[in-house]
Amino acid sequence: MKELVVIGNGMVGHRFVEALLDRDRAGHWNITVIGEEPRTAYDRVALSSYFDGATAHDLSLGDLTGPRVTVHTGERATAIDRAARTVTTSTGRTLTYDRLVLATGSTPFVPPVPGHDLPGCHVYRTLDDLDAITDRARGARTGTVIGGGLLGLEAANALRLLGLRTHVVELAPHLMPAQIDQGAAALLEHLVTGLGVHVHTGTSSTAVRPGPTGHAAHLDLDNGTRLDTDLVVFSVGIRPRDELARACGLATGERGGITIDDTCTTSDASILAIGEAAHHRGTVYGLIAPGNAMAEVAADRLTGGTATFTGADTSTKLKLLGVDVASFGDAHGRTPRSLDVVVNDAAHHRYAKLVLSDDATTLLGGILVGDAGAYATLRPMVGSPLPGDPLALITPHGAPPPGAHTLPETAQVCSCNAVTKGDLLSAIAHGAHDVPALKACTKAGTSCGSCTPALAQILTQAGITQTKALCEHFPHSRTELLEIVRATGTRTFSALIASHGTGNGCDICKPAVASILASLGNGHILDGEQASLQDTNDRHLANMQRNGTYSVVPRIPGGEITPAKLITIGEIARDFDLYTKITGGQRIDLLGARLEQLPAIWARLVQAGFESGHAYGKSLRTVKSCVGTTWCRYGVQDSTALAIRLEERYRGLRAPHKLKAAVSGCARECAEARSKDFGVIATDKGWNLYVGGNGGFTPRHADLLATDLEESDLIRHIDRFLMFYIRTADRLQRTSAWIEAMDGGLDHLRDVVVHDGLGIAAELEAAMERHTATYTDEWADVLADPDKLARFTTFANAPTTPDPTITFTTTRDQPVPTTPVHLAMPTTRP
Amino acid sequence: MTTAYATSTTWIDACASSRLHTDDGIAVLLPGGRQAALFRTRDGHLYALDNIDPYTGAAVLARGIVGDRAGTPTITSPLLKHTFDLRTGHSLDSPHVRLTTWPVRDTGTTVQIRTPLAAP
Repeated sequence: MKELVVIGNGMVGHRFVEALLDRDRAGHWNITVIGEEPRTAYDRVALSSYFDGATAHDLSLGDLTGPRVTVHTGERATAIDRAARTVTTSTGRTLTYDRLVLATGSTPFVPPVPGHDLPGCHVYRTLDDLDAITDRARGARTGTVIGGGLLGLEAANALRLLGLRTHVVELAPHLMPAQIDQGAAALLEHLVTGLGVHVHTGTSSTAVRPGPTGHAAHLDLDNGTRLDTDLVVFSVGIRPRDELARACGLATGERGGITIDDTCTTSDASILAIGEAAHHRGTVYGLIAPGNAMAEVAADRLTGGTATFTGADTSTKLKLLGVDVASFGDAHGRTPRSLDVVVNDAAHHRYAKLVLSDDATTLLGGILVGDAGAYATLRPMVGSPLPGDPLALITPHGAPPPGAHTLPETAQVCSCNAVTKGDLLSAIAHGAHDVPALKACTKAGTSCGSCTPALAQILTQAGITQTKALCEHFPHSRTELLEIVRATGTRTFSALIASHGTGNGCDICKPAVASILASLGNGHILDGEQASLQDTNDRHLANMQRNGTYSVVPRIPGGEITPAKLITIGEIARDFDLYTKITGGQRIDLLGARLEQLPAIWARLVQAGFESGHAYGKSLRTVKSCVGTTWCRYGVQDSTALAIRLEERYRGLRAPHKLKAAVSGCARECAEARSKDFGVIATDKGWNLYVGGNGGFTPRHADLLATDLEESDLIRHIDRFLMFYIRTADRLQRTSAWIEAMDGGLDHLRDVVVHDGLGIAAELEAAMERHTATYTDEWADVLADPDKLARFTTFANAPTTPDPTITFTTTRDQPVPTTPVHLAMPTTRP
Repeated sequence: MTTAYATSTTWIDACASSRLHTDDGIAVLLPGGRQAALFRTRDGHLYALDNIDPYTGAAVLARGIVGDRAGTPTITSPLLKHTFDLRTGHSLDSPHVRLTTWPVRDTGTTVQIRTPLAAP
C-alpha cells in the first residue's frame, strides 16, 4: 500500500478523496488528509445560507470514512520536504508520502488600505469568519462590503440578513464585472437598491477610520464620500494559498497559484495540485466546478487513468440577494466579430443577452438577469448551432425553448459535475431509467440542480417513457386527476372512471381517488361508495395488523395528556385486553383489537373526551413537541401550545402521503422537527418554518422555508404549503421528494408559499379554512350512524362470533399474536 | 374445485341482499368453521372465495379492494396487496397459489352460498 497525503479539506479536497475512494477499489492508497479548519469540509458555496438559518451541520459535506482514510482537522501543514517526501504539521507530526495532493484553496485578498486591520474589519470565507461577522453585527447598525463581485454580493446579503443597513463599494463601473455587462449590471443594481442595499460603483476605499473605541467606524472613498460603518467586509478577490509550494520550490504562476499541467501535476512529479490553489494555463479558477473537474482528473491519474484537465467552463447561475443572475460561455463577447442579441426589459425586471458567432448561427455565450429560467437550456447549447431565431430564445412568451434533444453528445449538460449528454446516454443505456437513477449514477444535477429538467428531456429522447399514468385505469397523474375532479365537480369514483378512465379500478387508483375526494372535502370517508375505495386502514379507521386485528391510537395533541386521561387509556387497554406500547409520535398504541371491538373502544374514548387518532392513512399523524417555555429553562417559545394548535388545525387532512410534524421550543430541537414534513423551531423573535424532512428509508433533514414568523403568519405559511402539496404532489410522494422533483426546487416553493409568486395563496388558505371548518370526529360519526356501524362486524351471518383464526399468546405480560400466524385451513395447493 | 362438492352440498344464507354493496366485501362464517369473502361487482356478478389471505394467514380478504386487471375481476388483500382472480381464486402473483371458491346466488332477498354440509 502507498501513502497519499492531501493538504486541505475544503470542498475540492473532499471531492478528490471521495473520487479516489470510488476508483481505488483495490485499496492501493492509504490516505491522510490535513485540514487547518476545526471542522471537516463544508459547502462554502452555500455559505450565505448560514445567515438564513442553516447550521454548520447542514453545510457539512459529511465525513470521509473508510478503513484507509484518516482526517486531521485543526492542523496546518507547515512544510514540505520534497527530497525526503515528508510533510510537517503544526502539531509536530511528520507524514511521509508517495504522492502529495495540494488542495490548499485560497485566501481572501485584503487591500492594504490604512485601517484594514482594525477590529470590525472582516473577510468572508470560512464559518469562523461568519461567526466573527455575526458577533460584530450585534449592536451594529451599518455594514459595508468592499467588492461588488459575486462573493461581495453574497456578503452583502449576509449583512442584510443580520439586520444591518448595507453598502457595497465596487471599483469597476458596475457590479459583477467578471460575469456580466453594463446593461445587466444596471438592472441588478436597480433590483438590489430596491432591497435597501446602497451601491457605490466606480470608486475605491482609501482608508478605514476608527471611532472612539478603536473599532472601525468610517470608510473613506476616493470620490470624497465618507460612509459611517460599524463593520467592513473585504471581498475584492482571492489569492491562491501557494505559500507551502513556494517554500519548497515548486513552480508558481506570475500572479500566484501552483502551476499544474493537464494531468494536475506540479513541477514535481510526486505532487499534484487542485482547486483554487492551482494555476493552469495562465488561469486560477475561483469556482467550484473547475475545482471538482481537477479533483476527478487527479483521482483518475492516481488510479492509473488518463484523464486530462484542459480548462473549464466558468458559467455560473445563482441567486444573489434574491435576484437570478446567470453568465455562461463568452458572456462578454470577446470572440472577434461576435454579435449580440439583447432583450433589456427593465419594466419587467429582465435582462437577457446572447452572444453569437459572426454568422449568427452558433451560440457563444450569454447573460441572464432577473429571470434565469432559460439557463438550463441555453448553457449546454454553447458551441452548437442555434435551433432557431435567437431572439425567440430569450423573449418571454416567445416560442418555447428547444429541449436538450437538440444538444450534441459532447455538450456538457451538468457543468457543476462535468457530465456530458454522452455520459447521460451511456448511463441510460446501462439501466438508469429515471431522473433519480441518472442523478445517482452520474452525479448530474446533484449540485445546483439547474440541469434537472434537461435530464428528463434526455430520458425522453432516449426513448424512455416516463409514464405519468396512475395505473391501467387512468392515463392521468394524481395531480391531473385532482384538477379534473376540481374542475368538473365530480364527487364519485364511478363517475370519474366512467368519464375519464377505463375498467373498474384497482387498489392503486381507488385509494388515490378516495384521497383526492377527501382532500377536496367530500363528507365522511365511509359515506356511500367511498367506503369501498379506502385503503386498508382508512376502510375501518384503525391500523390493520398482521393477524387482521387493529391498533387504536388515541389522539394526544402535542403529546400533552392529563393523568386522568392517561389512566383512562390504561383502563380501556386493560378492559379490552390490548397490548400497549408508547409510539415515536408521543402517543400510546393499543394493539390487538378485533374489528367488532373497535366501536366499543371508540365509545369509551369519546366518553373520556378523546377521539381516536389518525395513526394511519395518508393524513396528518402527530405534531410532536417539547415542553417549551412552560417548563424548560432553555425554551424561548411555548412549543406545546403551538403543537396542539397545529395538530387540531390539520387533523383529518388527507394528502398524497402521510404528514408528520413537530414543534421545538428552542434551537436545541428536542422535538426533532427537522425530521418532519413540516417542522417549527422557536427563535427569540418567533418561529422558523422547515419543510420537507422525513425519517424512514431515506432520512432527510427539512429545509428552512421562512424565518422569525409570528404565529398567525406561520399558520398561513403552513396552510399554503400543505394545500400546495396536496394540489401538486404525485401519489405517495412525501414532501421531501415533492420538493426535490419540483422545477426550481425550494426556491420555487418559497416563491409560491412566502411570496405568493403564483397568486394562489388566498385560494390555498381558503381551501384549508374549508377543511378546518368541516372537520368532525370521524370515529364518533361512525358511532352515530347505524349503516357505518354495520361495517364493524366480522361475520355478516354471525355478528357475535369472533374470528376464530385470531389467537394470542402472552409475552412479557402482554397479549401478542400467536406466531407463526395460525393457518386455520389449508387454502393453497401446488 | 374440491371433490367435497360432489357429495353433499347445500345453499346457506349469507346475508340479506341489501347488505351486500357493490365492490364492498363481507365475510361469512361457513359450517365447519371456514370463512368466505363475498363480493358483488359493478356488473352485478357475485363471487365467494376463501377469506383467508394465504400469504399472511389472516382472515381479511373481505376487507380488500375490488377491481380489475386487464378485464379480470380481482380482489386485492388489504395486508400485503396480493391480488387474486375473483372468478377462479388464482393468485395473480404466483400461479401455484389458488383460493377455494364457492358458488353464490341472490334470491332477490337473500344472498346464498353453496357449501358442503360439513367441513371437507
